[in-house]
Amino acid sequence: MRYRNSWIDATVVAIEQVAKSVMQIQILPLNGATECYTVGSHIDVSVLIDGKTEIRSYSLVGEYESNTPYIIAVKLLPSSKGGSKYMWSLAAGNKIRISQPTNNFELSHNTNDYLLIAAGIGITPIIGMAKTLKRKTGLTVKMLYAGNNKKEMPFLEELQSLLGVDLMLHYSDAQGFYNTTKLIDLASAKTQIYLCGPLPFMNAVRKTWEDGPFENSNLRFETFGASGLFAPQDFLVKIPRFDLQIKVKKNKTILQALEDAHIDVMYDCKKGECGLCQVDILEYSGDIDHRDFFFSESEKGENDKLCACVSRVANGSITIDTSYRGV
Amino acid sequence: MQSFTMNESFPLNAWYAVAWDVELKNELLPRTICNKALVLYQKKDGTPVALEDACWHRLLPLSKGSLRGDTVVCGYHGLEYKSDGRCSYMPSQETINPSACVRSYPVIQKYRFIWVWMGNPALADEKLIPDMHWNDDPEWAGDGQMIKVHCNYRLVVDNLMDLTHETFVHSESIGDRNVAEAPFDVHYDEKTATVTRWMKGIQPPPFWKGQLNRVHKHEGDVDRWQIIKFEAPCTVNIDVGVAIAGTGAPEGDRSQGVNGYVLNTITPSTNQTCLYFWAFSRNYNLKDQSNTTELKNGVAHIFSQDEDILEAQQKAINENPDREFYNLNIDAGAMWARRITNKMVEEEQETKIDAL
Repeated sequence: MRYRNSWIDATVVAIEQVAKSVMQIQILPLNGATECYTVGSHIDVSVLIDGKTEIRSYSLVGEYESNTPYIIAVKLLPSSKGGSKYMWSLAAGNKIRISQPTNNFELSHNTNDYLLIAAGIGITPIIGMAKTLKRKTGLTVKMLYAGNNKKEMPFLEELQSLLGVDLMLHYSDAQGFYNTTKLIDLASAKTQIYLCGPLPFMNAVRKTWEDGPFENSNLRFETFGASGLFAPQDFLVKIPRFDLQIKVKKNKTILQALEDAHIDVMYDCKKGECGLCQVDILEYSGDIDHRDFFFSESEKGENDKLCACVSRVANGSITIDTSYRGV
Repeated sequence: MQSFTMNESFPLNAWYAVAWDVELKNELLPRTICNKALVLYQKKDGTPVALEDACWHRLLPLSKGSLRGDTVVCGYHGLEYKSDGRCSYMPSQETINPSACVRSYPVIQKYRFIWVWMGNPALADEKLIPDMHWNDDPEWAGDGQMIKVHCNYRLVVDNLMDLTHETFVHSESIGDRNVAEAPFDVHYDEKTATVTRWMKGIQPPPFWKGQLNRVHKHEGDVDRWQIIKFEAPCTVNIDVGVAIAGTGAPEGDRSQGVNGYVLNTITPSTNQTCLYFWAFSRNYNLKDQSNTTELKNGVAHIFSQDEDILEAQQKAINENPDREFYNLNIDAGAMWARRITNKMVEEEQETKIDAL
């Protein structure tokens, strides 16, 4: 269910590096009152990038406790669009603007069999789910946590003591990309699967489920449109209808670049889910990095359209058309 | 200071009866529970389902749509939802927005009622369903109804926790001076409040005279009991009956008597409406189905008298927002019931755990 965001002022009350590139940030609303949330919730944070405010979503780490700050964990992505750099620049005492918690990744309680899958910073919504589920009796809860290496994976010890042998760990620096087809053996028809991680990993798990024997809708996942198949880089966009050529900098999206050029594009979710910001691809060179969850794999393969809010071009440039038909 | 009289609050972390078992079919049934619109249905395999009654997309009540097998189809743009609330179809696109779902509520069928948990689903424990086993125990026979009453649910609990009103509201059936004049005891614990009233060596009121005479061929004096047990936040089971006077019923031997349970659970719908589920179960004439019908009709008539009183009371409360109730000695049971419920509400608000 979608709720209107209400923005409040808040204070960074503590920061702590909890893994090699992961900063845990505790945030308390100025009035001291956090709002109750269920696991899987996130807050939106107003971040400053190149002097302009933008909105980023961060999952809340762990379960709600009254009179306790919100906790988020941010991975520093050198190739990011700038959100993580801003978050890493915060110090205790800094003021920020945040939204109320919202849950688009809610845990269902109508089964007794769960498989949690987290890769990289995708651990943030999953750890609370593991805690909530482990507190109930009579459940089977298995979890896969994949990351580059131990040093980059926060909350390892906590999860090991919580889940014991039901926690499977995978270190891709040493073991290579995780073979997601192995996940099918951990599930049954009644297993609910909660997945969060970088795009290539999520795509692999989704593909496994699409090809596998179980209901696709038992696989739930969340993404904030922050990752793709290629590191973000600058690229050129030509829009012949407006006789325009614009540069999309690596920390900007096509949608932002179009708006900066005063070209109207419809959009809503800005995380590659709703499909409203789709534009026609007329020509391209290099690779289209489809980062959305709106187009199907076969649609992405056709490269006829892309979601301007998240998708990018790597090692090339692109010519597009928008839906404007005025003269 | 919060008004005592106008306190319409209810806890969310509780099981609420939302339908009789027979009301739930493989079709969409809208019900408002705790100010939330729900749509209920039964899956093909008989499992009950409770979903938020608002499409994720444009908020149209899903109950205006249709059910195809176990899948709810929105009546506006055809979005489809599975019984766990996940969207499984969106028009004109090949994928499904991963955020798309409606909230699904924990739901259990027990004691012939469908129970829904409106609060934090992680806390929904089947063991917390109030004991109403008389409603489907083979040692007991009976039936009941649901009536939608236009008053806050607490007024119905008040009504049941003090049966003095029988003397005045139900004088032609179960009420007489003996009820209004007999002393009573009130006890409580963390979750329950009990009002016990024994009326010994009295002439039974018309209703009980008839019931006892059927089983024990007795028209003389009786020992009559009413043991009202409240379980927070809104269940009131009343152990009622009469036995031939002096045969030991107050000491525990009810063999020379007839015993019934008036089962009541009153679900807050809106702040000023409630769904009042009641049943009357008896432990005599178990195979006499006409007795079941007679009793159901009789109690329905009695409760329609209460309904009239309660709706008029709610109206009067609304017209006098600055007024508070006076409380009498007879209100002790109702006062404990309110206090125990208030504690549940306060604890939820302190931890804010209900916000979900």
